[in-house]
Amino acid sequence: MDYVIMVNEGPYNHQASDSAYHFATHALDKGHSIRRIFFYYDGVLNGTKFSAPQSDDRNIVKRWAALAEDHPVDLAICVAAGLRRGITDDSLADGFRITGLGEFIESCIDAERTVVFGD
Amino acid sequence: MTHPDDTPAEIVVKRFLYVNRKAPHGTVYALEELEMVLIAAMFEQDVHLAFLDDGVFQIKKNQKPAELALKDFSKTYGALEDYGVEKIYVEKESIEERGLTPDDFIIPTTVLRRDDMSALMESMDVVLTA
Repeated sequence: MDYVIMVNEGPYNHQASDSAYHFATHALDKGHSIRRIFFYYDGVLNGTKFSAPQSDDRNIVKRWAALAEDHPVDLAICVAAGLRRGITDDSLADGFRITGLGEFIESCIDAERTVVFGD
Repeated sequence: MTHPDDTPAEIVVKRFLYVNRKAPHGTVYALEELEMVLIAAMFEQDVHLAFLDDGVFQIKKNQKPAELALKDFSKTYGALEDYGVEKIYVEKESIEERGLTPDDFIIPTTVLRRDDMSALMESMDVVLTA
């Protein structure tokens, strides 16, 4: 199965980022592909390079980047939602890129299945 | 009118459903979901909107968010028709629980019972909820 994943909540504040990450890693382990993970609403905060969690906690931002290093997964941040929340090229973490909603809609059309994580 | 020969053979039209479940203000979900719908409308897909739970308040007439210094985007729902987005559904139970009728809404809607809303969702290729 070829998936696109949407993450709609901020990291740490909400479990959606964790659930999406675990879904993604297990899907990839099972041989499925994920063409894009699109971050929208407060989900764009998953891509801030200024996140500095305590050392005994998971690092959600870096975990995404590592996933995209190991697999051909596009970590895409919505430009409009990002601008509202201060996510720009200056604050973007490694491994992510900023793009538009149009690219997300295109991936929904092209992928076999779209899975949304959020409230 | 598009001549059949002008249509690329590989064009894919999917059934998209945007599910709106949150009140128009208090959180940003309604506004950003609407922004997504407006972008999506440019892709010539089969777009549907559903309003349920407190989401039905998004399309209520006579909103005055400016009194709370909030952006009034409710009029944008009235422009959806110009974007070719005309398949708009509200859940019967949601509007009855909140004392609303279709006359309270900015735009024409089709009222669906909860069971039928489930069937509508089941019939979709892509369901985007907020």
